[in-house]
Amino acid sequence: MSIVLCRIDDRLIHGQVVIGWGRAMGIDLIVLVDDQVAASDWEQELYRMAVTPEIEVRFVTTADAARQMSEWQSNGKRGLVLTGDLETMAALRASSPDVVQRINLGGIHHRAGRRERLPFIYLTDQELGTLQALEAGGAVITAQDLPTTAPVALKALG
Amino acid sequence: MSEELRGVVVCHGALAGALVQAAEQISGLGDALIPVSNSGCDRDTLEDRILAAVDGHPAVVFVDLASGSCLVAVLKRLRSEQSVKVVTGVNLAMLVDFVFHRSLSPAEAATRAAAAGEKSIRTP
Repeated sequence: MSIVLCRIDDRLIHGQVVIGWGRAMGIDLIVLVDDQVAASDWEQELYRMAVTPEIEVRFVTTADAARQMSEWQSNGKRGLVLTGDLETMAALRASSPDVVQRINLGGIHHRAGRRERLPFIYLTDQELGTLQALEAGGAVITAQDLPTTAPVALKALG
Repeated sequence: MSEELRGVVVCHGALAGALVQAAEQISGLGDALIPVSNSGCDRDTLEDRILAAVDGHPAVVFVDLASGSCLVAVLKRLRSEQSVKVVTGVNLAMLVDFVFHRSLSPAEAATRAAAAGEKSIRTP
């Protein structure tokens, strides 16, 4: 198998990811692409505690992810690539467009300057523009917090 | 007499508010616990909410799960604070015990509250 989900979720590895998506999609590899967590042993330990033993977890920097995406795409595991922000996912899309073809907006929460698009998606107009540019470049982007809810197309978030 | 401890309860959704309300209803003490929810905010905002609730006071921070966004946010900002201790797996029994023992040190109060919480889990 291959990478079956590329998700942006600013809460990183948590219940929705592990239980909601992990079980539904039979995920056995979670790759968290986050430069800060990749440099923090104690944060990695905490995030590992949230994951069941049968799921492998890797913590990598954006640069390392760009180098290893093709390996994860062909290593026989059902992988979930997770980033905490859209800039990191955009970088992965740029370096591995054949792997990052579909992007799941799973949780981008409120902060100053962002406007609510869905209860779990808040975006500035600039961030929306970044996503629209990715979609114009061929990516398919939908917002969906859990597999049991309906996906919402990016164009509906404008 | 040293400052009494502040209890900060950090949970997913509406759980913290409900636990604090229930603890106040049982104990009759209305100023010991501060609820913090992770609803509708990103990691930075959650950390800000937690810091605002602790507000530099000696405290015990109670978290619902022993992993996940709430615990990460608490530890990220407070793990090096000697005057703050963290207890995971919060339940009503530990909060009720805590509000009556706020004159202990943070470490003592955290240990005591965790024991009270564990003791309340039974299969009668």
